[in-house]
Amino acid sequence: MIVTGILKRGEYFDSVSLMLIAKKISELEIVLDSAAVMGTPENKSMLQTSGLLTDELQNADDIDLMIAYKCNSQNESDLISKKINEFLKKSDNTNKSSGSLNPSSLESALKILPDANLAMISVAGKYAGDEAMKALQNGLNVMLFSDNVSVEKEIELKKFAKEKGLFVMGPDCGTAIINGVPLAFANVVNRGNIGIVAASGTGLQEVSCLISNSGCGISQAIGTGGRDVKKDVGGIMFLEGIKALAEDKNTGVILLISKPPADEVIIKIIEVVKKIEKPIVGVFLNSPIELFENSKITIAKTLEEGALLAVAYSKKENIEKVFQKINTRDLELKALAEKESAKVNKNQIYLRALFSGGTFCDETQMIFQNVDKDVFSNTPVGRVKKLKDIWKSEKHTIIDLGDDEFTVGRPHPMIDYSTRNKRILAEANDPETAVILLDIVLGYGSNMDPLAEIIPVLKGVKKITSKQKRYLPVICSVTGTEKDPQNRTTVAAALSAEEVLVMDSNAAASKLAKFLIEKKR
Amino acid sequence: MNKLFENELKVINIGLKSFNETLDERKVSSVQVDWKPPLISDSSLFDVIRNNSDKIETANKEAVKRILNSKPFLTGMGKAIDVIPGMKKNLLLHAGPPVAWDKMCGPMKGAVIGALIYEGFAKTYEEAEKVAASGKIEFSPCHEHATVGPMAGIVSPTMPVFILENEEFGNKGFCTMNEGLGKVLRYGAYDESVIERLRWMENVLYPSLKKAIEKIGKIDLKNIIAQALHMGDEVHNRNRAATSLLYRILAPEIVNTNEKEAAVSVLNFINSNDHFFLNLSMGVAKVSLDAARNIENSSIVVVMSRNGTEFGIQLSGTGDKWFTGVSPIPEALYFTGYTKDDANPDIGDSSITETNGLGGFAIAAAPAIVQFVGGSTNDAVNYTLKMYEITASENTIYKIPYLNFRGTPTGIDVIKVIGKNILPFIDTGVAHKKAGIGQIGAGVLEAPVEPFKKAFIGFTNQLKNI
Repeated sequence: MIVTGILKRGEYFDSVSLMLIAKKISELEIVLDSAAVMGTPENKSMLQTSGLLTDELQNADDIDLMIAYKCNSQNESDLISKKINEFLKKSDNTNKSSGSLNPSSLESALKILPDANLAMISVAGKYAGDEAMKALQNGLNVMLFSDNVSVEKEIELKKFAKEKGLFVMGPDCGTAIINGVPLAFANVVNRGNIGIVAASGTGLQEVSCLISNSGCGISQAIGTGGRDVKKDVGGIMFLEGIKALAEDKNTGVILLISKPPADEVIIKIIEVVKKIEKPIVGVFLNSPIELFENSKITIAKTLEEGALLAVAYSKKENIEKVFQKINTRDLELKALAEKESAKVNKNQIYLRALFSGGTFCDETQMIFQNVDKDVFSNTPVGRVKKLKDIWKSEKHTIIDLGDDEFTVGRPHPMIDYSTRNKRILAEANDPETAVILLDIVLGYGSNMDPLAEIIPVLKGVKKITSKQKRYLPVICSVTGTEKDPQNRTTVAAALSAEEVLVMDSNAAASKLAKFLIEKKR
Repeated sequence: MNKLFENELKVINIGLKSFNETLDERKVSSVQVDWKPPLISDSSLFDVIRNNSDKIETANKEAVKRILNSKPFLTGMGKAIDVIPGMKKNLLLHAGPPVAWDKMCGPMKGAVIGALIYEGFAKTYEEAEKVAASGKIEFSPCHEHATVGPMAGIVSPTMPVFILENEEFGNKGFCTMNEGLGKVLRYGAYDESVIERLRWMENVLYPSLKKAIEKIGKIDLKNIIAQALHMGDEVHNRNRAATSLLYRILAPEIVNTNEKEAAVSVLNFINSNDHFFLNLSMGVAKVSLDAARNIENSSIVVVMSRNGTEFGIQLSGTGDKWFTGVSPIPEALYFTGYTKDDANPDIGDSSITETNGLGGFAIAAAPAIVQFVGGSTNDAVNYTLKMYEITASENTIYKIPYLNFRGTPTGIDVIKVIGKNILPFIDTGVAHKKAGIGQIGAGVLEAPVEPFKKAFIGFTNQLKNI
């Protein structure tokens, strides 16, 4: 076996283009292992661990492209190298004859669009903070998609923005809907009078879709990035977001979404909402609900419940009906669980939940808190235990495949299904798996053809289980709307055709899985 | 309170292009920024820049003002030894940053040999080589003597030179007369025909031109360049219009002040050399940029130049210090029979035109030579547009018709070069790496990274020490 390293000095590719190139290389059959990354120290140590760091690549700089691969012979290596050059050529479509040139800096962009009011920033975290500050200084709001921005920088940016009456959404803000425009990973939802502030990306997508699918709509959906509600940042933008929605004349109902905020942030939130006349619903997954007692906030246990409560307020309906409706639905799920559990054999006892949306992983853990003492996750919450090896499930396992450990040098699992697909087949091969729980998140930013990715794998699952004479239920929630480019109805129908139990929400999907597991005992 | 909800959303997208494609699809006004990480990743250096940004901005404004306000005229001619400051009998000037004899590339060595034979220091190649290596001959960059020379850029004591004066600031500049194409000294040729032509230039061309210029008084070169840009020149790789304009001015007085035979030969010589004006456009750039030298805290580039071995630059704010790196081989269209393997690394002072907002920076004005830059006029326009990203200003006199008479990008700022990861774009002729073969192609190149990195670091270190 030989390792080949190609160093392209000064050739910069954005992370998505790079990942697409990396994917194409890894798909070449003669390639045993490969990587295509920029020459940062972190990436070099990553290559080192995989035995891909050649002498030449040692000298790479931040702005140099490193491509490394393993194969069996020099002939193969030359062939691969040729292919790689073709890939690079294809993806380098920088205005070769497009006639107009994109500007290279914020300052030059402002000459073209002087009244721009939002900067979306998705460059490497190391540089993103400075770009964001430049945008704020020029009076632009910021959506900071990049992660790996230091917390000190985040605080500096947010304090400065607050002073100037601007938003900083993020860092690590994957989604937002501003003035009806879906930004980054976002769905095409109805406009309406429900305003959202969310410190959770998938949470925002889930509630905005559920609201839209219930016939209501979104006025604004502000993402803050998950760290905003923690102690250090102190909820600066979460609170600013609430205030802005309180002022906004098109917002009638406010919906708050977050993983557990710091206690002091909860106190500030309760303080801020005191003066607000509009109904406020809060979903604080895995937070102790007692903290919100006597506050103005109607607390929902799940994202689904939060969305439906907001819908009830928006339609001026009695909110008790929401709880009734959910209870009735849960009874139906129990009946379904009973039928399904009868079909699986007695050795099949464990849940295997494989998520692309991080918030779903949290929500499902919350729902499984008291199901069993042996629940594991790569991102454990509450009583859930930490997986020893993230690549191997133990007993009940709930995994966030979007977590950093899985995504080094790879696109997010909402875009690239390959890691999860492999895992699905591995779980199907495990005779103790009782149910596979999945999510599919539609919308801009996500994979545009999810069925092409998932259907072959579902067929693979059936092949495995029928060979081993087992039945293995697959439950999947689909987050999206009719108007999304992938079309939720089409996706759901195709999944149903493969006998997948398609649910409207992750809460419903998780409850069905829970009832099924409980039946097995 | 935030006004975002009340106004139409208008987005600047810095980073992933796919996000902007969504915005396009949703018909949201947006601009995609093609962002690249800076060429230097040590952010502490940028902190130094930020902390001194007011001082730098003031200095750069002054530097650019001086470049733009310069008024270069052709005022006369003389022998190098008589007019170039610091010129002496045993001194040869050369293009680019300082270089010792043993480090010189083929074409430059050839040109030195030719100059030594021309000056009578030697009779044969072998003799000249000995003299050059003996230490009796001194070498110095043209740039350190208010002079510029294309390709090898060799100026020897008895060579006649044009005298340029910057009327606004009083500084002078000097350049030789262009020899034409083919076997010429500046490409390292030194055979009998080369020396013969140099003698003819000294004995016939020089006195004729000198008399004509004296009669005319002074010639406004800035005006010629401004007009030439409207006629398809960028005055580095294309000088056809500028040469014609100069010819129109000179011709009557050449006829007036000379014998018929001499006049005919002189006019034919100019007429047959499309690049006759090149040396003057370089001289114009030189006297304009020299006026912007030595402004404390200015990060504006005042010299970009190559000696065929190294590429060197100087900044206004760092005095006479050279920042150098290995000179690259240009991407070029090669004349039939030649390939990149034959090419010498980039050579010559002619990149002074780009430093002054001409040449590659003004390529959008020269559609006739776009085959050098990829074949389409769009490519040429994009190259010019990109250079606005790294310059401090737009020219007030040199304008590009196709860009609605926008001024050419002028005043390269090393901070922008490093910060935006965009290198200056130069269009240039390519010399054969062996002495004496001459030009084998024309093409383009990005200036190398190394000199700019070194200059940026040198500049920030200097700021730290204040």
